[in-house]
Amino acid sequence: METELGRPARSYVLQSPASQKRGLPHWLGQVALYLVLLLLSASFVFPFVWMVSTSLKTDPQVYTVPPTLIPNPIRWMNYPEALTYVPFGKYFLNTMKYGVLSSLGVLLSSSICAYGFSRISWRGRDALFFIVLVTMMLPFQVRMIPLYIIFNKLGWLGTYMPLIIPSFTGSAYYIFMLRQFFKTIPMDLSDAARIDGAGDLGIFIRIMLPLARPALAVVGLFEFMSCWNDYTGPLVYIGSKTDKYPIAMGLQQMRTHLSQAVQPLMWPKLMAASTIVIIPIVFLYFFTQRTFVEGIALTGVKG
Amino acid sequence: MAKRLSVDRHAVRQTAKGLLFVSPWIIGFLAFVVYPMGASFYYSLTHYDVLRPPRFVGLANYVEMLTTDETFGIVIYNTLWFVVIGVPASFLTAFLLAVLLNQKMRFRPFFRTIFFLPSITPAVASVMVWLWIYNTQFGLINGVLIGLGMRAIPWLSSQALAKPSLAIIQCWTQGTAIVIFLAGLQDVPRSLYEAALVDGANKLQQFWNVTVPMVTPVMLFVLLTGLISTFQSFLLPWLLTEGGPNNATELYSVYVYRSAFQHFKMGYASALSWLLLLIIVTFTFVIFRTSARWVYYGGE
Repeated sequence: METELGRPARSYVLQSPASQKRGLPHWLGQVALYLVLLLLSASFVFPFVWMVSTSLKTDPQVYTVPPTLIPNPIRWMNYPEALTYVPFGKYFLNTMKYGVLSSLGVLLSSSICAYGFSRISWRGRDALFFIVLVTMMLPFQVRMIPLYIIFNKLGWLGTYMPLIIPSFTGSAYYIFMLRQFFKTIPMDLSDAARIDGAGDLGIFIRIMLPLARPALAVVGLFEFMSCWNDYTGPLVYIGSKTDKYPIAMGLQQMRTHLSQAVQPLMWPKLMAASTIVIIPIVFLYFFTQRTFVEGIALTGVKG
Repeated sequence: MAKRLSVDRHAVRQTAKGLLFVSPWIIGFLAFVVYPMGASFYYSLTHYDVLRPPRFVGLANYVEMLTTDETFGIVIYNTLWFVVIGVPASFLTAFLLAVLLNQKMRFRPFFRTIFFLPSITPAVASVMVWLWIYNTQFGLINGVLIGLGMRAIPWLSSQALAKPSLAIIQCWTQGTAIVIFLAGLQDVPRSLYEAALVDGANKLQQFWNVTVPMVTPVMLFVLLTGLISTFQSFLLPWLLTEGGPNNATELYSVYVYRSAFQHFKMGYASALSWLLLLIIVTFTFVIFRTSARWVYYGGE
């Protein structure tokens, strides 16, 4: 919107008087901004670009110096060969089982606990919630050894039980997230339902859960992705039972095998396998981008 | 406040209901937190190799840690290196990128995605890629250097360079911190910037006098969580260099894992983990106490 003076009226108010006097063109700042952005984002994304580039190379190409970006010829066979080098099909199923069951457990238990911490008023509630928060700070190492020993005695080592069962007892992180969310729902809704004769369980199932669908989606998504990426948990509890490996351990197993004696196409195959392990996560992220970022901001800053 | 019997009964019923809803967490808390912590404290006072029952030795593990264990001294140095150099580097990376992303621009979601993606990819895969990038003979960086006629840089095989190489990867995966900073930056009321403008502040002065003070609460959060996760950092050093070369990247949590599952010194590892807990609590306490001096909670 140009004024008589020839300058857009709105920006006159918001631009610093000093820069107006010096006459620094606004577009120069914008160019600089996008230049810096492009440079930085290029360097951040380049490792992934390099990963894919290597995954399509043949053996002599991989070892050329200086390295080339676009392989020629392209060896698509690296992918099927990588997928069969270790039993990735079985590992994929293991990981899916782990992720889906864990997400289910976390959704059920964390939402019920979050309801108790936010929609019911009771003595000691906030003090107990403070303890929930404190457990988030506890390092895993301080519980790791006794847990390993208990699960050993229970015969659960080499299975996913040590990883899935605890998710049915709530996770402090998700209880926190859902509690914050439940708190934003007006008490009037619960009160109205109570007047109509509903008990807390009814209110929880029929009012809270449907309203919390976006937050529940975030919880389920976060947990599934966290299980997909999980390496430390399976490392400690699955140990060396290779047929139960999740994808993450399968990838590492491939690296160990391939680097014992320098095998042909070692790096292209490893990069192909890495690409395959990363793709579902990237896909899930793009599919749900907004809920994702909101979910992090929800726990990180507010409350 | 006069309490009649019926009010007490109501309060009791409410507490029972609350505890019922929260019972899954309580069960988990007792079974997977309280018991293990108690047990690990007990184990820390024993020599325990899993094959034979634990043998009580009092404070011997703690004494060994602090006096005769040479590796432990290296471990503490390594971990402190990351606390003093790695954490500020990651913090600054995340903050500056968030400030950049907070500028008026188009395609912000696109750029934000690019900076965020490395933080959600599986560590195993990311490490694989960086192993290849850092490769001394044919890796991306050295390939270019050799091609230009320069000498290769031994990123992961040199004791001096292993830690910085790891720190670079850490800065690359600061996506979550970037997003949290960005949320905090976008929360700063525009009226404050306009008021500063009226007072004649330029962009830099606005940044230093409005932006920075208003995001100090978020900074505290990111600083604390970054510190805690550095002390617990296991996967990156373990997968990248397995604590090497020559213990250069043997971080605290790597040493705990190794003591437990490679040396089978469960008692010693438990003592290490309790010391870790003490260190984390102390750092958190100190930072919290001194935070009032630099954190500004405006308007709350």
